[in-house]
Amino acid sequence: MTVLHSAPRFASSEGVLDALTSALGQNVLAAREEYGEIVITVARDSIVETLRMLRDEHDYQQLMEIAGVDYPARAERFEVVYMLLSLTKNHRIIVKLSAAEETPVPTVTDLWPVAGWLEREVFDMYGVLFAGNPDLRRILTDYGFEGHPFRKDFPLTGYVELRYSEEDKRVVYEPVQLAQDLRSFDFLSPWEGADYVLPGDEKAAQAPPPPPVAQAKTTDKPAQTGGGAPADAVAAKPVAPSTAGGSANPGQGQPVPQPTATPEPGAPKPTEDRPARKPRARKAGKEGGTGPAPEGS
Amino acid sequence: MAMQLEQSPTTGDEVITNYTINFGPQHPAAHGVLRMVMELDGEIIERIDPHVGLLHRGTEKLIEHKTYLQALPYFDRLDYCSPLAMEHSYVLAIEKLLNLEVPIRGQYLRVLFAELTRICNHMLNMGSHVMDVGAMTPNLWLFEVREDCLNFFERASGARMHAAWYRPGGVHQDVPQKLLDDIGEWIDARLLPLFEDAMSLVVDNRIFKQRNVDIALVSKEDAIRWGFSGPMIRAAGIPWDLRKSQPYDVYDRMEFDIPVGTRSDCYDRFMVRVEEVRQSARIMKQCLRDMPSGPVCSDDRKVTPPKRAEMKQSMESLIHHFKLYTEGFHVPAGEVYVATESPKGEFGVYLVADGTNKPYRCKIRPTAFSHLQAMDFMCKGHMLPDATAILGAIDVVFGECDR
Repeated sequence: MTVLHSAPRFASSEGVLDALTSALGQNVLAAREEYGEIVITVARDSIVETLRMLRDEHDYQQLMEIAGVDYPARAERFEVVYMLLSLTKNHRIIVKLSAAEETPVPTVTDLWPVAGWLEREVFDMYGVLFAGNPDLRRILTDYGFEGHPFRKDFPLTGYVELRYSEEDKRVVYEPVQLAQDLRSFDFLSPWEGADYVLPGDEKAAQAPPPPPVAQAKTTDKPAQTGGGAPADAVAAKPVAPSTAGGSANPGQGQPVPQPTATPEPGAPKPTEDRPARKPRARKAGKEGGTGPAPEGS
Repeated sequence: MAMQLEQSPTTGDEVITNYTINFGPQHPAAHGVLRMVMELDGEIIERIDPHVGLLHRGTEKLIEHKTYLQALPYFDRLDYCSPLAMEHSYVLAIEKLLNLEVPIRGQYLRVLFAELTRICNHMLNMGSHVMDVGAMTPNLWLFEVREDCLNFFERASGARMHAAWYRPGGVHQDVPQKLLDDIGEWIDARLLPLFEDAMSLVVDNRIFKQRNVDIALVSKEDAIRWGFSGPMIRAAGIPWDLRKSQPYDVYDRMEFDIPVGTRSDCYDRFMVRVEEVRQSARIMKQCLRDMPSGPVCSDDRKVTPPKRAEMKQSMESLIHHFKLYTEGFHVPAGEVYVATESPKGEFGVYLVADGTNKPYRCKIRPTAFSHLQAMDFMCKGHMLPDATAILGAIDVVFGECDR
């Protein structure tokens, strides 16, 4: 695919993926190159060994970031993603592993001291444990916060809110109470990609197949149709006189106009013809008269 | 930790212990809401434990609940001193996933305003750094320049600070030629004279040097291990600038130099920023000189909405306009990490898309996180007042650090 975008262009990744996967050996669970990013998934217990090898033998000197991602549907729901940067080769790779709530990830603070806070953040936001991190406290959330807010099952509104209480002269925590419900709009087109049942479509979505029948039902005689006897003959009569020319729909026609003695009032004479008045002067250059359409965006 | 001081005739066998103080969270030199628990031995800092997160707003979680376009203004509110630089990483990440081409004038405009943002940011940082160590006047002069920058943002986008002007595919609106002319005139007539005047008060000032030279020395190895970037790593003597090494937009057409420090102290960090302002002015002049005319935003109607006037005329445009402002565009599933050189360092966005109109995960890599983490070892053994100088030289903004 030709590169059209103007995102940062680092050194070519050609051959890097093969070189790294063969060098890392069986620690690599999956490796791919997509959108110009090399993403290597490694076994959780081998992360220290892998990153040490990448740092010391493949010149990825800097650990720029550790990100957590939550995929609740997976057996090991969290992904921990390490962004590595090589200052000498001018290249970036992404290394990641998966973890569950109760499976600790070995810390990499021995390789990069910067990992200390980065791991604390992933722990704070997702509850991923890092074995060996000397200071695994919460970092971004409040003192005494409970839960891990960036998990997908943590509500956007949170559980507690706080305010300064004038009576108690201190900040008090209370369960969250919204004056208005949280508005969450779903603009996904229901015709493409939406994986839910539209309101009112519940039956259509789960319509049972018709039961199999031994013999197909046929309606050979009028008595078999269940339609009953024909209606009264009077009902077939038109209710209003049909207009001249005959209407296809009896009873729907216009009433026939009747002649009357008084003549119909005609339209008034055009005012321009009044001789007492001067004819109106035509203004030049006033054709059209609609202004330009309002511009804006 | 307890330590036995020399015997005093009055205190007898009393044991003097270190004491712990709170620096912040309400402190003018904390550059926002930073609480640092400091363990002091007299006036010597033994240990610092920065407590961050007082400005945590859960931006990344909010972004997961917004469409790609609705999430853009959140980036202005991260580093509110350099809003456009934050947007830059985000729009580039989306463009990388979409493989979307940006018209060349759009790229020039983004580079021009990214550099204006850099100047704007450095004016605030250098002014407050100087004020942290005792000077008043340069700050006021630099704020003059900053005010001009904000006026230019307003003329381009309508907002002084939270511009929300970059878009996936380019920028939102073209700028009038008068604005470009004014910026070109302003660089020579106002920015450089005012800036050099202010710097003439500072850079050779004896007090300023006493407060900054040889404060918080960081070796090259430490700078790499602690994940430094931006002026912090350049002051350590490593010529690393993403604009040069991993150029994005039209930075590869620009000619500019990367200043590096020699001693890696707070004074070097300050001087790197001083030179960056001059280089930014140089880049801006090249942008103004070479900027072609043409569209400023991609015309891919599946990503960028049509202009309003067009929407009033054409049914097709009306449909696109409606769909893009309600449902938004879909980004193909995948993950990218895109980092740009923000005024404070490497600002990265790790974007995970699942093929819908909302990001599945948007991890923001703040610059301040790694720098602030290094406060402890940078401050160790220094005096208490040096902490403000070190903090000022880090250039930390908590909107970005805490997210």
